[in-house]
Amino acid sequence: MIAAAIAIGVAAGVLSGLLGIGGGALFVPALVLLLGLGQVEAQATSLLAIVPVALVGAWRQGHYGNLRLGEGLVIGVLAVPGALLGVVVVNAVPERAIELAFALLLLWIAWTLGSGAWRELRGDAAPDVRP
Amino acid sequence: MPRRRLLELGAIGLLAGLFSGLFGVGGGVVVVPLLILWLAYGEREATGTSLVAIVITALAAVIAQAAYGNVHVREGILVGVPAVGGVLLGTWLQQRVPGAVVRLLFAIFLAATAALLAVRG
Repeated sequence: MIAAAIAIGVAAGVLSGLLGIGGGALFVPALVLLLGLGQVEAQATSLLAIVPVALVGAWRQGHYGNLRLGEGLVIGVLAVPGALLGVVVVNAVPERAIELAFALLLLWIAWTLGSGAWRELRGDAAPDVRP
Repeated sequence: MPRRRLLELGAIGLLAGLFSGLFGVGGGVVVVPLLILWLAYGEREATGTSLVAIVITALAAVIAQAAYGNVHVREGILVGVPAVGGVLLGTWLQQRVPGAVVRLLFAIFLAATAALLAVRG
């Protein structure tokens, strides 16, 4: 179980570095299914793991010349009140309907990003063309 | 930073926070595609800059969760330390693949996130 949790930790870090995400999508299930934490505790503990991972990832991207530090800070600072608002809203409206709407929105964005990338990889579009 | 730019970035931050508060998805799910599709960021800049924003939000959230006693430090270290090794590998790898591959992988990740949200009863 511990070896599996370590392996999933490595995978979460690789995904984080590749995709610019925190890695919670893998941390949370690993903490619940392999280390026996409850859902709330797993989400809270996942955040603890995310802080150093995102920090080191951002530092490496800065080293590679891919960081816009000030812009990232603005996004991060504004995301905090956004999250508080989200928590308030989620307790006031029926969640399921907006969850499905959000899933559809994500699918549409995935299609937009993915189809452009696919065309580019096949050589049908100039490399700098965006969908 | 020009006022218009601040407003655009602030809107992305607010949206990312709102969706993570609403659905429990990470901020990167919202930030990376918006930076690429709306603000014309390159893939690598979008993912790097997203990680900066995640540091801030995860730090604020983990402090709040720790106050409630929900954070298990030992388990966090157990998955977090290997993940720091993973992120070194992931960022290294990302410099060596075309940006379109990063976008395609992100699209697959988004579709999987959408599917998980949809089946979650």
